[in-house]
Amino acid sequence: MTEGDHDHLPNPLEPRARMKRYSAFAVAREAFRHHTGWTRAWASPEPKSHYDAIIIGAGGHGLATAYYLGKNFGITNVAILEKGWLGGGNTGRNTTIIRSNYLQDPSAAIYEKARSLYETMSQDLNYNVMFSPRGVLMLAQTQHEVRGYERTVHANALQGVATEFVSPAKVKQLVPIINIDGPRYPVLGALWQARGGTARHDAVAWGYARACSDMGMHVIQQCEVTGIRQQGGKVTGVSTTRGDIGCNKLGMVVAGHSGHLADMAGFRLPIESVALQALVSEPIKPCMDVVVMANTVHGYMSQSDKGEMVIGGGTDGYNNFTQRGAFHHIEETVRALVETFPMVARLKMLRQWGGIVDVTGDRSPILSKTPVDGIFINCGWGTGGFKAIPGSGWGFAELMAKGHSPLTDAFGLNRFYEGRFIDESVAAGVAH
Amino acid sequence: MLILTCPVCGVTAEETEFHGGGEAHLKRFGPGSSEGDFHDYLFSKENPKGVHLERWRHNNGCGKWFHAARDTVTLEVYGTYPAQTSEPPQDIKDAISAKRPGWTWRDFS
Repeated sequence: MTEGDHDHLPNPLEPRARMKRYSAFAVAREAFRHHTGWTRAWASPEPKSHYDAIIIGAGGHGLATAYYLGKNFGITNVAILEKGWLGGGNTGRNTTIIRSNYLQDPSAAIYEKARSLYETMSQDLNYNVMFSPRGVLMLAQTQHEVRGYERTVHANALQGVATEFVSPAKVKQLVPIINIDGPRYPVLGALWQARGGTARHDAVAWGYARACSDMGMHVIQQCEVTGIRQQGGKVTGVSTTRGDIGCNKLGMVVAGHSGHLADMAGFRLPIESVALQALVSEPIKPCMDVVVMANTVHGYMSQSDKGEMVIGGGTDGYNNFTQRGAFHHIEETVRALVETFPMVARLKMLRQWGGIVDVTGDRSPILSKTPVDGIFINCGWGTGGFKAIPGSGWGFAELMAKGHSPLTDAFGLNRFYEGRFIDESVAAGVAH
Repeated sequence: MLILTCPVCGVTAEETEFHGGGEAHLKRFGPGSSEGDFHDYLFSKENPKGVHLERWRHNNGCGKWFHAARDTVTLEVYGTYPAQTSEPPQDIKDAISAKRPGWTWRDFS
């Protein structure tokens, strides 16, 4: 087994078996031979003893980081370690909403970068992530919210993010099933981002994993990190349930369990982990082709391609790692939605689940160096990480490769020391 | 659904009657402390997978604050105890040790 800095250079004597491209032609070809020609989307290799870089966490953010390390910086001697299965954490548990209508400049930059990368992701990865820029409406149901969203629209105009404040009549036109007249909170307008939307969350993880594997990276599932090895204040590798693995650089991208990993490495984070829940209804005929968020009454809803109404709930009021969420929050969410969309009252709910989100004090993420040389951390996306996956991976890969990135510099851990917060408690859109 | 007993009024009720108040037994650092201590006091949270000592308020009841020892993985409540203490009473520590041997919380265990 060869090791070292030059692993990523292609060896002309040993051509790697490359993945087969997906295309209309490939589908037709396979139809004629009973679909016997499809190959595995990604390999399941045994871990090597050393990599240039290790990413802990094969969720969207971790895989995107690895992908852009390879694509933008030529670093392909990379392993992505996952304790469970690929995309089985928050990547597979969110409500798939994509938007970039944040207030502060650093947030708008990274979320808008992500949203724009989503637009071409299916082509870039040769994997259909079903990005659907159907538009996102954030309802204003109090005067306070109206002023807040008008301010956001002005901020977005300066940041180059296309949003507008629309009238109740326009809301009713976009969403015929909505009740704009109350009873508690009539709709006074809405923040409308026409290029926001949804994507297939699993496909984002799968597409990145396939592209990483194709670049020669190792996606290693069922491999839990049990310790961080250091020497003289510098990272040398990790201990895992599949043996010790060495590395020069280590990226921790594990959302709700970041505090746990930081503990192993010997530093603490300004993070609290809570369960955030979501639920889906039985599938029904198409009735709503935009995403609607109602933050005053607190519920948000979109319709999946299968026809299920995808509903986002609230976070628990106390730290926990249960991946289910308290039952009374479902009641609050559904009550809010019945008020906003009366027809929802007659729907049956199919499934409910929770994900562990890592919430920071200012509701903004942490993409940062750490007190340990060579360890980088990407966490704190809290209740809104899915929309940021490609932008987060893009910036974090640059941070890991070059030591800084214009996308991530404002999100360092030092902002808590310096009082340089990026306050997004309103734009986060989920009541905490 | 958590079920908590308010140690002030003695009522046992579901979590909707209470409100979580975050981490307990913070050691406060104010003017004159080092920047590191002040930062840790404000931001560095205990965020364990396991025993969490926390503050609660009996919002829809007697309105008083109290402490609870709870497990963040199993959601088991090991016990509740008065707000005017700097660490849990011995019987609650014993109850925690029975389920989570070797647990620690900042300066005590």
